[in-house]
Amino acid sequence: MTKKIKLSELGSLLGGLDIEALEGVKIEGDVELDLGHMLNPQMAYALGHEAAQIAHHLINISRILGYPVDQMFSGTAAKPIRPSRLIESKFSVGRMEEWKTPIQEVTLGATSSDGGSRSSTVTLGGEHALPYYFDNPMPHRNYITMDVFDMPINMAKAVKSNYEDVINSPSEWAKKVVRDFGADMVTVHLISTDPNIKDTSPAEAAKTVEEVLQAVDVPIVIGGSGNPEKDPVVLEKAAEVAEGERCLLASASLNLDYARIAEAAKKYNHVVLSWTQLEINAQKELNRKLMKQCGVARENILMDPTTAALGYGLDYAYTNMERIRLAGLTGDAELNFPMSSGTTNAWGAREAWMVASPLKEDSDWGPREYRGPIWEIITGLTLSLAGNDLFMMMHPTAVQVLKEITQTLYGSKEAEPTNIDNWITAVI
Amino acid sequence: MKLNSPLQVYKYLPQINCAECGDATCMAFAAHLIDRSKKLEDCPPLLKDEFKKKYLELESLLAPEVREIIVGRGEHAKKIGGDDVLYRHQLTFFNPTTFAYDVWDTMAEQELVDRINNIANFRKFYVGKFLKVDMVAVRCVSGDALKFASAVKKVSETTELPLVLCSFDPAVLRAALEVVKDKNPLIYAATEKNWGEVAELALNYKVPVVLSSSDLDKLRSLALTFQEMGIKELILDPGTYPQGKQLKETFERCIKLRRAGIKEGQKDIALPIMALPLSAWLVYNDAVTASYWETVLASVFIVRYADIMILHGLEPYAMLPQVHLRDTIYTDPRTPVKVAPGVNEIGSPTKDSPVIITTNFALTYYTVESDLSSNKINCYIAAVDTDGIGVEAAVAGGQLTAAKIKDTFQKAGFDFKEKTDHSTLILPGLAARLQGDVEDVTGLRVMIGPPDSGRIPGWMEKNWPPKPK
Repeated sequence: MTKKIKLSELGSLLGGLDIEALEGVKIEGDVELDLGHMLNPQMAYALGHEAAQIAHHLINISRILGYPVDQMFSGTAAKPIRPSRLIESKFSVGRMEEWKTPIQEVTLGATSSDGGSRSSTVTLGGEHALPYYFDNPMPHRNYITMDVFDMPINMAKAVKSNYEDVINSPSEWAKKVVRDFGADMVTVHLISTDPNIKDTSPAEAAKTVEEVLQAVDVPIVIGGSGNPEKDPVVLEKAAEVAEGERCLLASASLNLDYARIAEAAKKYNHVVLSWTQLEINAQKELNRKLMKQCGVARENILMDPTTAALGYGLDYAYTNMERIRLAGLTGDAELNFPMSSGTTNAWGAREAWMVASPLKEDSDWGPREYRGPIWEIITGLTLSLAGNDLFMMMHPTAVQVLKEITQTLYGSKEAEPTNIDNWITAVI
Repeated sequence: MKLNSPLQVYKYLPQINCAECGDATCMAFAAHLIDRSKKLEDCPPLLKDEFKKKYLELESLLAPEVREIIVGRGEHAKKIGGDDVLYRHQLTFFNPTTFAYDVWDTMAEQELVDRINNIANFRKFYVGKFLKVDMVAVRCVSGDALKFASAVKKVSETTELPLVLCSFDPAVLRAALEVVKDKNPLIYAATEKNWGEVAELALNYKVPVVLSSSDLDKLRSLALTFQEMGIKELILDPGTYPQGKQLKETFERCIKLRRAGIKEGQKDIALPIMALPLSAWLVYNDAVTASYWETVLASVFIVRYADIMILHGLEPYAMLPQVHLRDTIYTDPRTPVKVAPGVNEIGSPTKDSPVIITTNFALTYYTVESDLSSNKINCYIAAVDTDGIGVEAAVAGGQLTAAKIKDTFQKAGFDFKEKTDHSTLILPGLAARLQGDVEDVTGLRVMIGPPDSGRIPGWMEKNWPPKPK
């Protein structure tokens, strides 16, 4: 440093430029900046402070003059910018304008004023957005229909313990799920009609349906045995005895006589469940056939695009449903129907029912009585986020928890506000 | 990413088809860059000085919409964020949600070590790999910087897993950072109250940092301010409330942030999102209810956009669905779900060993294979080509038939007379109804196995070797 600079001179120089921001700087005395001399530390600090302030103003001047001054400070030695307060900002985000087509509304059950005998009905669909999104509130919450079988079946232990007292009586079973477990609806599965099981006649199966209709006053789903030859006949007879009740007939599929089931639904005023296996194009095809070929009205179609359990193909089931729902919202009139999930399928996962892992390498799986219900909950919850409307379920705890979370996201569950600010120090 | 066709990418490449990347042409390499199965660094010519400008341009054009940040060092380091789409079918989701489970600084030392080991050793076999969890979040419950630092030290001595350091007190965070500064931990969190000091820590220690506010205006202010200060390794915590309307609003905040980032290209908040399912424990006291609800919250935010989460419960019935759902959502939908059909050996089969039928659906095949190999059962396993459909559905849909089974052995050149002295095959329990057909078509003896391959060991004890007729 060959030339000595006095801070006071620098100050007056800057003052001459009439920089408003410099007014706060005070330079006292006639101090020479001479690095060749020893300075006492306090004095050095004070000087450094003043020099830095002046430098700061010089930088601002350079910036105003358009010099790319910030480039001088790039590189590792640069002091980063230290704003003294948070940058003010507003967050905003748009709505999904492309979701123009609503999902079809479908009502299950009919009260006496509509020719049925149910005390209440369940309306599904009507969404203008993905479930629980802020773009457009869901008009109807999710509903749960609980499974009832027309004969004792194999069940996981955790499920069976809830039904041992009613396992031989479909009507008592139906009463129990509505009264004790909060079922919105009841599904009666006529599995004994399978020729390989009991080959129960359609007329006899229809009696079971009548009993269930008398036992409970919620809307019901009538399920066959899954036998493609027998189901159309069984569902037709059941539809006849349940005339006017707007039951859901489960199911019409491409590998059976769907036209016969569609015809029964039209004739006796029911809704058709259009069931395909994880294939969006097959779902379109079947829906199209039901509408165009069989003349089923749009408000009488519900879809079951198939539910695979968590860990056993749920990725396909989830994405299939999400694609179907997005296609519906963006205008595909062959896919914009409400959806139903056979969530009970979750119990097929070995994690839901097996005593312990068959693999020695796995960590301990813990008690199975807690694994099963949560497998059913998470399978259902995942599909609810993809757009599924109606859940066919089995375990009372699973029903209760799935209702709690879906209705919370739907917006009908109130709770005391929680203060989460102290989560780090919480003793839990 | 800003480019969406191989042709657009090709323009930036050397276009010399040198094949050093492993692809025959630059166009093929471009396609792999688009689907993110290859990286720019796989192209050696592009790394030369003459291409530096194009390399840098491509780097920014191919960058994921949501910033990808790294926590930890070495083989356990985790990439967080990096997504390009709102729905997995549009491409795939990248970097599965990082799971950090908590410990706290008031734990007794042995209790702390045991808990860390439970976290680090958790594993669940699934489709040829183990599902595991990723990090340890250390909470400062004591409020004492020295105590916290000593707990963090113990944690870092016990596990290689990356750490999340949790405190709103900058002095506490600083004390812990001094201990683990070379491990690139994540610090939680900067808020509108402490942000200045936490920003200093992030700058001085060069560590990633979580910004926390349940007010999205304030969260964006924090993000803008930190980025202005040159801090890029940021994660957003929009506040996870456990119940009621507050939970619904939490869900909405995650969707808004991600939509703004990916769909609207709002770069300054296109950052990874953190969720705190742990907040379930603030409202439920008993472990089962709290674990259930925590898993419910975790599931909601695995599906809708959390890139990292902090959890508390270590109950297997909570962790199992958590790791499975994460795998469900992050599995690449572009990956084929079939294995090659054929007859494979498990262990060292002899003429006395069983021959077991399954399908070529990858999940089914790997499940059966691992059940057999884990239990050291020497055998042959035949994967029948069912178009990648599982046993039960394939029987119902006609993809698993007696003719297909016969065909599988013929194509594999598997002669029962030569390879076995029992001429018997075992059908899955769920395919029992094919028994007669298979006997007629193959002329073999057909046994019915259990409906779940996990029960094959027990079944073998009772039924194998087959009794002579």
